[in-house]
Amino acid sequence: MFQRCSGHYVATFAVDEVRVLRKVATEVVGLLTDAFDHADPVVVRLFPEVYPDDAADAAEFRQYTEGDLKTAKIDQAGAILAALPDDAGGEVRLDGEAAEAWLRALNDARLAMGVRLEIRDSTDLGAELDDAVATDPGSSRMFQLSVYAYLGYLQESLLSALID
Amino acid sequence: MAAPQVAPLETPDTDEVPAPDRPWVTIVWDDPVNLMAYVTWVFQKLFGYSRGRAEQLMLDVHHKGKAVVSSGTRERMEHDASQLHAYGLWATVDRA
Repeated sequence: MFQRCSGHYVATFAVDEVRVLRKVATEVVGLLTDAFDHADPVVVRLFPEVYPDDAADAAEFRQYTEGDLKTAKIDQAGAILAALPDDAGGEVRLDGEAAEAWLRALNDARLAMGVRLEIRDSTDLGAELDDAVATDPGSSRMFQLSVYAYLGYLQESLLSALID
Repeated sequence: MAAPQVAPLETPDTDEVPAPDRPWVTIVWDDPVNLMAYVTWVFQKLFGYSRGRAEQLMLDVHHKGKAVVSSGTRERMEHDASQLHAYGLWATVDRA
């Protein structure tokens, strides 16, 4: 999918892919801004307690670092939104810095979806998808699972283009 | 971590003994979402580790559930953990 091309990372997206990526990145930005909630398990995963056994130290660390981390995550999701073509299919062309921001943002989106979908080490994504297609085609879970799988494929493809 | 393609039967134990001037450690914990190749890349990128060392640490995280990825002063470890959080890895800081 992504190919390295004279110092850039280039891929062509269909209109549906552009819409999914825009939706996912916009949802991540929403989680980090208006909908930000420390009790949300997604926020717990994206902002891990650095001192799990010491609440006072953890709170102090959070106080000094959470704002910057939130800004970084909003910016990296913004890098996806900035590089997508307007509501149409087309080429995405990333320089090295944008490619790395995309990798981090795709990872944040996958972490968020993984929490919602209750992905475990033992989860067989292919089997889950087959099961959802067989028992509940058109369901929200089936859609979310396929988006999750797609984001993983995209992240792997961009990473391969970056390191090969 | 997600999608291990080939897992070695045994992983050598590379846990490092912390030196007295490195009283704190950064620990990365296993999670079911992060791709193995991504975690390896993050370790290379943030710590300047060789591909081999980064891969070994990634496998330690995957098979043992966690691994010490850096050691040093408390401030330095907090910095490392923050960086790892920006990349979406699950990192904590502890005394060595």
